[in-house]
Amino acid sequence: MSPDTMKIDRFELDAGMIERARAAARAITGSMQQHIDAHTTTAVERTVCRLLGINGVDEAGVPLPNVVVDAVADKGKLGQGVAYWLGSACLEHGITLDEAVLDLAIGKLDITACPRPKEEVEKALYPIAASAIERIIENKQKREALIKKLGLGQTPWLYVIVATGNIYEDMVQAKAAARQGADIIAVIRSTGQSLLDYVPYGATTEGFGGTYATQENFRLMRAALDEVGEEIGKYVRLVNYSSGLCMPEIAALGAMERLDLMLSDSMYGILFRDINMERTFVDQFFSRRILALGGLIINTGEDNYLTTDDAYESAHTVIASQFINEQFALAAGLSPWQIGLGHAFQMNPYMEDGLLNEIAQAQLIRQLFPEYPIKFMPPTKYMTGNIFFGHLLNAMFNFVSVLTGQSIHLLGMLTEAIHTPYLQDRHLSIENAKYIMNNARHLADEVVYAKDGRIEKRARAVLEKAVDLLDYIRSRGLMEALEEGTFAAVKRPRKGGKGYDGVVEKSPDYYNPFETLLPRRAPAGGDVTCW
Amino acid sequence: MLVKPYGDTMNDGAMQLSFTLPMRKGDEAREAARVLLTRMGLDDPQIVHMEAIGEEFTFFVAYGKCTFAVDTDELTVARAQVEKMDFYQINKFIKEHIGRKIKVIGACTGTDAHTVGLDAIMNMKGFHGDYGLERYPEFVAVNMGSQVPNETLVAKAIEMGADAILVSQVVTQKNVHVPNLTRLVELLEAEGYRDRVILICGGPRISHELAVELGYDAGFGPGTVPSEVASYIAQELARRLAQTARDE
Repeated sequence: MSPDTMKIDRFELDAGMIERARAAARAITGSMQQHIDAHTTTAVERTVCRLLGINGVDEAGVPLPNVVVDAVADKGKLGQGVAYWLGSACLEHGITLDEAVLDLAIGKLDITACPRPKEEVEKALYPIAASAIERIIENKQKREALIKKLGLGQTPWLYVIVATGNIYEDMVQAKAAARQGADIIAVIRSTGQSLLDYVPYGATTEGFGGTYATQENFRLMRAALDEVGEEIGKYVRLVNYSSGLCMPEIAALGAMERLDLMLSDSMYGILFRDINMERTFVDQFFSRRILALGGLIINTGEDNYLTTDDAYESAHTVIASQFINEQFALAAGLSPWQIGLGHAFQMNPYMEDGLLNEIAQAQLIRQLFPEYPIKFMPPTKYMTGNIFFGHLLNAMFNFVSVLTGQSIHLLGMLTEAIHTPYLQDRHLSIENAKYIMNNARHLADEVVYAKDGRIEKRARAVLEKAVDLLDYIRSRGLMEALEEGTFAAVKRPRKGGKGYDGVVEKSPDYYNPFETLLPRRAPAGGDVTCW
Repeated sequence: MLVKPYGDTMNDGAMQLSFTLPMRKGDEAREAARVLLTRMGLDDPQIVHMEAIGEEFTFFVAYGKCTFAVDTDELTVARAQVEKMDFYQINKFIKEHIGRKIKVIGACTGTDAHTVGLDAIMNMKGFHGDYGLERYPEFVAVNMGSQVPNETLVAKAIEMGADAILVSQVVTQKNVHVPNLTRLVELLEAEGYRDRVILICGGPRISHELAVELGYDAGFGPGTVPSEVASYIAQELARRLAQTARDE
């Protein structure tokens, strides 16, 4: 973060109110921890496989992590964890992990047949698990070294999306965007991938509205951005989406292939993809522990609330959700500099003083979460086929972003409501943002908001409503609040939604070597990150 | 009447274009762009802006004069037959002509995750100050959200006895919305429900003409407000009920 974004208090907020919000959010997320710690999911277990180096496909093209987890689940023995069974099979037959997986895949081996003492299994798997952890730490160090060598762009970092469906075409577009000035590249996923209960394999050249997230695609794009980064003298960050039914697997693949940012939200999947909430809370925790270790920055998805809910009326739900996401993230061992809380510029552009309300919201968030790399999303709701008006709307968004010191700035496209961005659309958007952000770079230092003026009053009112909502959720319980439709006006039943059958209660002898190797906040609620 | 694009003088034919050519910026690129405009039938092509956007790409803004005109008397325009009513008129119309609530189900089907259009029509809040169907006391509106399989939509429609189905397709790639929309019609036909429902699709690439061609009753493009869709559904259902009554 640049030093000028550190001086951020532009208006006075009631510190007691902010503390009340945090206390409520801590209580809300704390009450979920017992559920989280008592369960595993098919996605978490597949992630354990991937971290252990299991990543191919079988003859039918089914990813091996799915083959292993399905085999154990079919026997009703997932409660012990796949690692326990894999380790037992290796010990029992004197074979390696790879051999065990291959024999299982061709139906020669039932890995659940011969349980071994947990201590023996731990001893056998520890070195493999430790080397996975080491690889993730090495990636983190490599990123730090590259950033030191090449440097980063100024905040707000310009974040653009490529989405051709073909990873090789994406690489061309991403490099062009980086040369034009983009700081962060997201390869948007093929629509529908979040609902796949597996991660596709290999390099892919076909997708719908995006490109499949696969380990090989991650690797290819990372290499392309490293190459262009050397050329332009800037470390270019890469983003993907740790959401949906494979949330923790994507997190692991991202950490292994040195992605830099991950969309990661504790509730997005529940609300917008109708994924079961019991599953999501377990998955987000494990995912974020991996991201914490890898030094990735998470981006939360509060901006999405405003696509279904009104941005002015429901501004406080964004703030309330940010406090909840913050606490979930801290619990998973993430540091504030890694927590990119999200929001968006989505108010009705025809509203009188709408700009003042957008400034109030953006400045409020900046002040509530001072050390956090806040992610600001562009207008989409009121984008029409009028690309000229759309370009203007994006300009206002760019202005608010630089004025309020946002960190991660997703560029709006003038053709938002029409098609995935053309090369020229991206160029025009970057030009727009660079012009405004350069032109108004230090405006914030010169501006004082009128005491008790419209902007300050609006910010206080939103905070007050957010605190009330958090208190209400605290008294009601988070799952109950989600059932009532508190966020994004979407109601979700606790036992409903996709992926519920993949939630499994851990048995007392559950084993997952990464449980003790990945960071998390000490269970006592202290601030210590231990691993 | 013959019409041509209008810049600042009647029949000047002025048109504005922007596009990218996959070649390095330079005199050749400018000439390539100019020839392209000429081949498009534009007179007096002018490249007013040329800019390198990445290594091997050049972006152009250009003007030209259209040389031909369209005779508006020869046009046939397909649009849904509807007399526009407002929120109060629609509710009153339904009470008088239908005598019960109209059941509507909506979904973004297939891989499409963009609910902007569907929400604009369905949600309480509506769009451009025009209330969504959920707000109408005379509609029962069910919004199934995004990425709904066609099969699920059909099953739910039959279960609730929907009078109308709204399908939204916003962002699609390689025209995947066309087979997806067609598939829904086939499923409804297979279930014997196609004739019992008013089938409507909407989205930025949907025209009434395309909708009818794909076997839908109506299609609504960008900028449609909820009351237009509500008026259509109410009037079409009333027309069908009257038709059935006459047939009997």
